[in-house]
Amino acid sequence: MSGYTGGLLVILCLNIVMAYAVFLPVATGQLNLGGAAFQAVGAYTAGYLSATYDLPVVPSLLASMATGAVFAFLFSLLIMRTKSVYLVLATFAFGQFLTGVIINVDALGGSMGLSVPAHVEGWTVILFAGLAMLLTLILMQTRFGLAMRAIHDDDAVSELMGIGVRGVRIGAFTLGGALAGVAGCLYAFYFNFCDVQSFDASSSFYLLLFVLLGGTQTIWGPVIGAVFFTLVPEVFRNVLAYLPAFGHGATSGQVDTSWRFILLGMITIAMMVYRPEGILTRIGLGAIWHGVGLARRGRQGT
Amino acid sequence: MSPNDAIFSLRGVTKAFAGLKVVTDVSFDVRPGERLALIGPNGAGKTTVFNLISGAYKINEGSIILDGVDIAALPASRRCAMGIARSFQNIRLMPHLSVVENVMIGQHARTRGILELLTPLWMTRARQEAEAQLAAFDVATYPNQAIATLPYGIRKKVEIVRALMSRPKVLLLDEPAAGLNTNETAQLRDFLMRVADGGVTLLVVEHDMSLVRSLCDHTVVLNFGRKIFDGPTHAVQEDPAVLEAYLGRPAHTAATPRAETADHAS
Repeated sequence: MSGYTGGLLVILCLNIVMAYAVFLPVATGQLNLGGAAFQAVGAYTAGYLSATYDLPVVPSLLASMATGAVFAFLFSLLIMRTKSVYLVLATFAFGQFLTGVIINVDALGGSMGLSVPAHVEGWTVILFAGLAMLLTLILMQTRFGLAMRAIHDDDAVSELMGIGVRGVRIGAFTLGGALAGVAGCLYAFYFNFCDVQSFDASSSFYLLLFVLLGGTQTIWGPVIGAVFFTLVPEVFRNVLAYLPAFGHGATSGQVDTSWRFILLGMITIAMMVYRPEGILTRIGLGAIWHGVGLARRGRQGT
Repeated sequence: MSPNDAIFSLRGVTKAFAGLKVVTDVSFDVRPGERLALIGPNGAGKTTVFNLISGAYKINEGSIILDGVDIAALPASRRCAMGIARSFQNIRLMPHLSVVENVMIGQHARTRGILELLTPLWMTRARQEAEAQLAAFDVATYPNQAIATLPYGIRKKVEIVRALMSRPKVLLLDEPAAGLNTNETAQLRDFLMRVADGGVTLLVVEHDMSLVRSLCDHTVVLNFGRKIFDGPTHAVQEDPAVLEAYLGRPAHTAATPRAETADHAS
């Protein structure tokens, strides 16, 4: 595994963990545009504890998970009365507020960021991405997960069916915060550094895009969204260089890759128009399974 | 009937929206196993009464008594656990959930404790129980199909099966026959009779008088939010107040309108 490929894989896995952190509230109908802020909580918790008290990796992970969860829990209590676009704005404002606080606290390094002595290898991050996926998969198979999906579809009827909508929403938001805390801790330890710019508004936008355009109806949506939006810009980086229109021809040493984000934006808009429910929908997944079943039966028949 | 025999009672229930009274001082009693029809002209407050009972709205005055307990102050989610389930005027199934998953939502009211909430459903009998309930009411054909792809009549039944999964004492049905043809309505009647035979008390809002006559033994008529009739279903169409509510006041002659006219008026 080359340095570039390996690094890309780790970033992808961090994005996958964060995609699931945002997926959990979104699956109950709460659009979270402050995902990166909860990741920042985890990153700075781990970074501060490691830099100041030399805390090892495992207790730091637990501490980051706890602070992520506590921040998310308290915040979800606050925002429980807001709905739809106001909820999105509240989560967005929280992200801005938090980065503003971090930048002004000297103990957290301010805008210079924080050096983090403790380190985790890439494979740890990959392992946690698998773990996040597995735990979400199991959670969505429980009655709690079924209640989350029911609330996403119709919260009023869910309440009348005996589901404590408020409790489930707070629970899902808190679990998402815990997962974001873990992702933040992994980020800080893998890069041995954290600064607020890594957890800014545009990161939160991308995280929500992973989930919304990957698809919120199945648990595979976030991973597909994360893979798509992490890898497509990289593919463009490599491909554009060979296109004379963008890369000034292969002979030139200077390659203009800034076009890749314009192309990504155009793809994003096209997906919003043509796949508003995400790349992978429940019915789409059903059709794939159906197709697999048909193919298998076809093979057995011959 | 003495109120003590009733499984379910409304006592002086009043509801106003911004000063406009839509339900005024409504009281009635329902005995266990009874099939009660709640009828009245459009805008009489029938669906509002359902929303007050199920907890979608809070009452302003009065009490709602289920099995001797006043549930009027309880939130909607607790009322379901106490034994009140409902279907909706426009089917409100969860579109992204399969048939069997929708029915499993109905089990939620019986869930106790966080451990049960976090146990994977494939480790429990929940799915088998939901599938058995669907099979018992002859709607087991496509348990894993998405709701949106099912015919209207089947969706109606699935919604009722979902409501039954909470093992309600009282089941509220808001216009169950709306949108069904004569044949489907007859099937629905048999279906609801079987539900009632299972010991569930039915409260039905319905415009189809033939269904009301063949299904319900007891009828309450509302007009402009007030109760104008409370008695056996067969007596409804001879009641002068009911006739007046549906047909208007007779001009000079007190000619008895034909019995069927109430059907058309609805």
